[in-house]
Amino acid sequence: MRSTASILHLDLDAFFAAVEQRDKPSLRGKPVCVGGIGPRGVVATASYEARVFGARSAMPTAEARRRCPAGTAFLHPRGDAYRKSSRIVMELLHELSPIVEQVSVDEAYVDLAAGDLTDLSTDGVRAAAHQLIDQIRDATGGLTASAGIASSKMLAKIGSDLEKPQGLVVIPPGRELETLAPLSVRVIAGIGPMTAARLRTFGVETVADLQRMERTDLVSIFGTAHGGSLHELARARDDRDVVVEREAKSVSAEETFQTDVVDRSVLEAELTSLARRTAARLAQSAAFARTITIKARQHDFSTQTRSETLLHPTGDAGVILDVARRLLDGVDVSNGLRLLGVGVSGLSTHSQERLRFDDQQELADPLPLGIDDDAEVPATPAGDVRRKPGPAAYVGGGPPSWWPGQDVAHTEHGAGWVWGSGLGRVTVRFEGPRSEPGRVRTFAADDPQLSVAEPPQW
Amino acid sequence: MKLVVDRDVLAEAVTWAVRGLSNRPPVPVLAGVLLDANDEGLTLSAFDYEVSAKVTVDAQVDEPGQVLVLGRLLAEISRSLPNKPVTINADGHKVEVTCGSSRFSLQQMPTADYPTLPTAPEPTGAIAGDVFTQAVSQVAIAADKSDTLPILTGVRLQIEGDKLSLLATDRYRLALRELTWNPTESDADQVALIPARTLSDTAKALGASGSVQIALGSAAGGEGLVGFEAGQRRTTTRLLDGEYPKVTSIFPTSVDTVSVIETSALTEAVKRVSLVAERNTPVRLRFSEGQVAIEAGQGDDAQASEAVEATLTGPELEIAFNPQFLLDGLGAIGTSFARMSFTQPSRPAVLSGQAEADGDADESYRYVLMPVRFAS
Repeated sequence: MRSTASILHLDLDAFFAAVEQRDKPSLRGKPVCVGGIGPRGVVATASYEARVFGARSAMPTAEARRRCPAGTAFLHPRGDAYRKSSRIVMELLHELSPIVEQVSVDEAYVDLAAGDLTDLSTDGVRAAAHQLIDQIRDATGGLTASAGIASSKMLAKIGSDLEKPQGLVVIPPGRELETLAPLSVRVIAGIGPMTAARLRTFGVETVADLQRMERTDLVSIFGTAHGGSLHELARARDDRDVVVEREAKSVSAEETFQTDVVDRSVLEAELTSLARRTAARLAQSAAFARTITIKARQHDFSTQTRSETLLHPTGDAGVILDVARRLLDGVDVSNGLRLLGVGVSGLSTHSQERLRFDDQQELADPLPLGIDDDAEVPATPAGDVRRKPGPAAYVGGGPPSWWPGQDVAHTEHGAGWVWGSGLGRVTVRFEGPRSEPGRVRTFAADDPQLSVAEPPQW
Repeated sequence: MKLVVDRDVLAEAVTWAVRGLSNRPPVPVLAGVLLDANDEGLTLSAFDYEVSAKVTVDAQVDEPGQVLVLGRLLAEISRSLPNKPVTINADGHKVEVTCGSSRFSLQQMPTADYPTLPTAPEPTGAIAGDVFTQAVSQVAIAADKSDTLPILTGVRLQIEGDKLSLLATDRYRLALRELTWNPTESDADQVALIPARTLSDTAKALGASGSVQIALGSAAGGEGLVGFEAGQRRTTTRLLDGEYPKVTSIFPTSVDTVSVIETSALTEAVKRVSLVAERNTPVRLRFSEGQVAIEAGQGDDAQASEAVEATLTGPELEIAFNPQFLLDGLGAIGTSFARMSFTQPSRPAVLSGQAEADGDADESYRYVLMPVRFAS
């Protein structure tokens, strides 16, 4: 814990939904849910309008549909669009200080003490944060952010959440404990629903209650590591530094199937696509990996993982696939898999390359960026659903797949986005960030005048 | 059975015969060594279904016969005996081994259950023992030590007339040794895939002999077997089954940069510098006019660098290798100078030997090494 409130935590408000509302004027002020839109999808982000009806991130999309009124937009995520805005925000943070720890696409810590800011008083940092939030709004076409500034990462994060959206909370040094005391124990990192329920049985609801618990009691309930850290965190003792680069420890890709898959040949095809995606992500994070893991979730949700460690790090999709195949052979799939994942860990910056034999079947190069546009979307509770369907979903074949929210262009009507599709038709609303709410038109799904487009410029 | 044999002769023969025996044999009798006293002397045999070994030594046979005793135990006993004649005498269910005043009584194992040793095929040709040992050791280092692709744990032996080639690869490097030998038939044309570890052991065990006969092929029940014979020692090994990857395109067709370095100087330097290269991290080699600079470690880790004199033909080049792979190759070329040929830093490098700094390249042994790539 520092003596000044010099750690800033910035969180973009309902980021995915906010980008959608910016780019799609007809959705402004309306409930919007972004996430998996299939039968097993999960909400990644709900707009504040949708939250009024009880939609939340990590909620099954089917439940959000039940809760939200007709006219709520359910959109598939547009990774490219989110990354484009995120990059601009992160650049602004870097102008404030060289030490920026990006936690995810919409969240980062900034070490203000390492920057040019000389006035680290409560008023000084508040003014700097105000300016930052204004800059973000101007540079991103109106996205809003919330910030918390405090003497530790934990308090800064709690602060950014206190007055969301568009909140700015500075917790002055020395006021940490009293700020924390009345809050629910759930604000503390590491206290999820289970721990909270357990604590409730001991009459602990707020951080103040937790502060009254003896360390020995917490340790006897939760074990040395967890109990000990609860005791420390309840007293706002958090000495974690803001670190510039959070090194990825693992990279993975997974796929939830629309229906359980029994057919090994379909699983093989999935595995190929997952291995390629994993290799592409590995390449993006400029790393190689030694350990390859597969994850198989059975129809009854029981989940198995199997892994194998190579002698030398690899970045080769073919090598990853070889091992993943071998591992999948050891998994019973006779009752059908609901989810399949491929992951790599044991990352390093170098790779012992392999010789290429004459008759070796090489996997095609990793997918070009843009096709694999979910690559950088960070893990969230909905992490496994914000992906385009893999080969298992394609077995039906058919015309190009349009998905709700997708950016498209029509040679005659200009830029727009897919409003809905099905039965060989696709409905497009022609509007953009700088236009008025636009008109809706329906085309044949294979209309040659209609094509996939880049995210619009706001 | 009763016989008298020289102590050193016995010790050497038993040790050689049982060297391949497993500590946990698939069937108990396979832990045994079969002693056969006959007109020719004493024949010792051991077999574990993969490898068989058979050696005949001079002995004074008083009474012919066969016994089976625990192989490793007999080897240890005979090595520890005093240097005096050894008497071996079968007596009921026991075998008495006496030497001077030492006396051992070993349990006989049932010979009826002992499998028949495979018969080696007819010799395909012969090669000098020391040449064979060196060639095998040069190639076996590149065989795969893990068993993810069993075929790569073997050495590919190919015979075409008087040309014999040995090749192994673990996908990261490839070693190829080509030499001439004396085939029995001038049109011999065969390929065999021999487990690298067994081949290595066999080559070491037979290398001291003047000439090693190699028997390959389908004749005389030798299907799936290779036989080696040197003097009174005969051994067979079961071959690996499967299709060996085709590797002809691995050798670069063109060369851009060539450097010749004194082998021992480069070896020592790489060993020193790689002290800071933690497990599997690479050493970087920068070839420029007159020298190669070797470096390892970066960032916050320990770092080391050293320069070694080297000639350069072609453009300068920087390339990185797994230090152990590089050292394996440098240790295998067996010449005073190492010749390294490159195309690009991302393409395989070829290491070969040459006797003198400005002499001709000796291409009879080539070690192809895939570089380490850094993330960018």
